Amino acid sequence: MSVRRGMRCRKCGAPAVINMPQHKLALCEEHYLEWVPARVGQTIKRFRMFRPEDKVLVAVSGGKDSLALWDILYRLGYAAEGLYIDLGIGGGYSAESKAKVEAFAAARGGLPYRVVDVRETYGCSIPELARRSRRGAKTCSLCGLVKRHIMNRVAYEGGFAAIATGHNLDDEAAVLMQNTLHWQAGYLGRQAPVLPSTHPHLARKVKPLCLMYEREMAAYSLVRGIDYIYDECPYSVGAKTIFYKELLNQLEGRSPGAKLHFYLSFLKAKEEGTIRFAEEEAVQMQDCRRCGQPTTAGDLCAFCRLWERPEMAVCGPADEFEA
Amino acid sequence: MVKLILRDKTWELPAGMTVRDAIKKAGLDPHAVLAMRDGKLINEETLTRPDDVITLISVISGG
Ligand SMILES: [Zn+2]
Ligand SMILES: [Zn+2]
Repeated sequence: MSVRRGMRCRKCGAPAVINMPQHKLALCEEHYLEWVPARVGQTIKRFRMFRPEDKVLVAVSGGKDSLALWDILYRLGYAAEGLYIDLGIGGGYSAESKAKVEAFAAARGGLPYRVVDVRETYGCSIPELARRSRRGAKTCSLCGLVKRHIMNRVAYEGGFAAIATGHNLDDEAAVLMQNTLHWQAGYLGRQAPVLPSTHPHLARKVKPLCLMYEREMAAYSLVRGIDYIYDECPYSVGAKTIFYKELLNQLEGRSPGAKLHFYLSFLKAKEEGTIRFAEEEAVQMQDCRRCGQPTTAGDLCAFCRLWERPEMAVCGPADEFEA
Repeated sequence: MVKLILRDKTWELPAGMTVRDAIKKAGLDPHAVLAMRDGKLINEETLTRPDDVITLISVISGG
């Protein structure tokens, strides 16, 4: 073998910073920084996520995916506003992630974003809430419930057309694999790049990074100099998703593009009707008397019911409902 | 020798192999990490040189 020239950028021949066998593509820094937003822009159009004139709320956690998403939407010229939810998680996690978001926005000339502090707004942080809610509710599911409520509320009050989250292809493929292994028909029926709004108080949810490999997003953040929080939320350490991601990476090693194919062929089969999931029965929804978000159980939604418990008296929904 | 660093772990490997092979020798999955040298991202076909210090960044997150 002669002297190895190493891998070169397909566009310009400069040394490649990334090789993507899944796309049979290697790119240099400059061309990688062009390629990523172009691909995300195509994904937004392909799935009709939102229009150029729409106001979009980006849920930012301080992690690589959500900050990169915000950066990309901004570069593509979308009116993207950030939403950071301060969960009050200790060990420096919430403090550090919030600092990353602040620094990110400041470095881009003061990108607009809102902060909702869970403790300030509702009287107790997520860990406090988990401690008080007896039935052994898992911190992550409680946190999910609170975040969904807040995102929907902010989107409704701010008149946003959609909430964009940083879920990448590996996230989606891992969830798909998990749901397939358990034949979770309900979840499979709902998994999609776009979740349309079914109620005025429920925002449209979109995932513009759903075709981007997690590795591609980490590389984008590095090359773009985005300083993100590297540590996991202490409550999600050892999350099952990681196991499925590792499995899928083994598959990817044997057959480049396997993850993308798994996800895309699932979407295609659903669209073409070759696999079908029973339509969910139209359950009777009513508006929560407190917050207006729809609920299937009684006149209070699951979020508002949280604060009804006697143990929550010390917390209680403070200023959100004062007006 | 080449030094490979991932968070608080370090490996010492002979120079001359590709970054991908070095990652595998360290018992890691090349899909799950990115490699940086001198503050720059490098592709996994890059050959390691004597005295290289290669920082690995884990790309997988949970949630
Ligand atoms: Zn190039
Ligand atoms: Zn409610």
